[in-house]
Amino acid sequence: MSRQTFSGLSLIWRGLSRHSGWQKQWRKPEPKARYDAIIVGGGGHGLGAAYYLAKEHGLTNIAVLEKGWIGGGNTGRNTTIIRSNYLFNESAALYDHSVKLWEDLSQALNYNVMFSPRGVMMLAHTVHDIQVFKRHVHANRCNGVDNEWLEPAEAKEFCPPLNIADDIRYPVLGAALQRRGGTARHDAVAWGYARAADALGVDIIENCEVTGIRRDAAGAVEALETTRGVIQSRKVGVSAAGHTSVIMAMAGVHVPLESYPLQALVSEPIKPIFPCVVMSNTIHAYISQSDKGELVIGAGTDAYTSYTQRGALHVNTHTLDAICELFPNFRRLRMLRNWGGIVDVTPDRSPIIAKTPVPGLYVNCGWGTGGFKATPGSAHVFAWTIARDEPHPINAPFTIERFRDGYLIDEAAAAAVAH
Amino acid sequence: MLLIVCPYCGKRPEIEFAYGGQAHLVRPNQPSNLDDQAWAEYLYMRVNTKGVYAERWRHARGCGRFFNALRDTTTDHFLAFYKTGEPQPTLTVTSAPSAPNAPGGSAS
Repeated sequence: MSRQTFSGLSLIWRGLSRHSGWQKQWRKPEPKARYDAIIVGGGGHGLGAAYYLAKEHGLTNIAVLEKGWIGGGNTGRNTTIIRSNYLFNESAALYDHSVKLWEDLSQALNYNVMFSPRGVMMLAHTVHDIQVFKRHVHANRCNGVDNEWLEPAEAKEFCPPLNIADDIRYPVLGAALQRRGGTARHDAVAWGYARAADALGVDIIENCEVTGIRRDAAGAVEALETTRGVIQSRKVGVSAAGHTSVIMAMAGVHVPLESYPLQALVSEPIKPIFPCVVMSNTIHAYISQSDKGELVIGAGTDAYTSYTQRGALHVNTHTLDAICELFPNFRRLRMLRNWGGIVDVTPDRSPIIAKTPVPGLYVNCGWGTGGFKATPGSAHVFAWTIARDEPHPINAPFTIERFRDGYLIDEAAAAAVAH
Repeated sequence: MLLIVCPYCGKRPEIEFAYGGQAHLVRPNQPSNLDDQAWAEYLYMRVNTKGVYAERWRHARGCGRFFNALRDTTTDHFLAFYKTGEPQPTLTVTSAPSAPNAPGGSAS
């Protein structure tokens, strides 16, 4: 399979020749009767897992089944924030593994994912925030993860639009800054992994929804029933985000997940004004500026579980209240559009990347409100887990059984909010 | 925003309520008699239904009382509201109303 290689020269050449001759980025194959491994879910995590299975583990007879279209789920709906300044050792190892892969992902995939380590600044508004963030800073530095404490004036210097007046409702008392954090182009991540996996022989099958999981007499996975027929495989990796519970129930496996709507919105595009990513967990504001100029704003989850991919407007206005106070010069901006995605939340707000009680069935889920940042690292260790039938040392703690055995990785308590 | 029918107060906007998660979960009488798996099931495992889901709400900024509701999680339509302690209603009509986020249907 020969694929076009992207380079600066090829872009200029195609531009000068009226953009003729671009190839499709991946094939649209019919599903085969049998694969060596199937990934359920064509988001970044699933496509990435297929890519690493083919690239690093020599499995090339693989399919990715996507019920919709590539990039149409949470991969295309998130606010693209990348960081690794998590409190616990297990989390720091997992998320920093991911940041390291982000750093040369564009080169690895020959696809510009527009990774931009512009810095992620998390604002502290209360004494409790200050204590928690300083604890994070120290814990991160012990783990070799960059994170530094900024006083309000330093935060303002790093992000000039920030309002550090002391008479606002939640004044900025300081910030924790991870300079290696930033953003990436979310669609490009899905497309880049899809293209690179396809080039290695992976079949990407869109509009193919899994409707059942068939198991043999010993209970092991033997086939998937789908809207495009029965497909045999002895290894199935489920990477289905908000619909993980639905898929796993087909094999009788319970996972400790609840699915919530998470909303985001973008403003009208404006000239470059916002140089970094700012997060405020305490007053629920997450903001950065896309390369198109839109301010990309993340809101919170709705209160209730749902599969509707939409939520209530008051959740967005709550976030905009905070944005307008922190960045008064955005008050007259109009919002272009808002949307929701369904996120799968675990009780400890840490993911599950693990084998399941069903032989041949693997699961990568529970990323909750913060899965995009982990895409390459998660996909990488999930591929390892599927190929070797044992976890990579990095994801070994992220089992389903940790809830039974009491080994929670409690980033929920560490962050005190969704993160 | 959901329009929620408190069985005690009537129709109120969602922001008056706190969500209580899955309904009809009963704390085991003798937790110390359970094995770890059973205790984890009680603490952490939720059905996360795609479809009709029995859930708790609390009218936190109203009467303060807990009650239960049946909601279709694929449409967010409420199908029934009922008081804590009452049995889960059996639905005779399974099709959801047509308008999104319409007021709840048959309040008990």
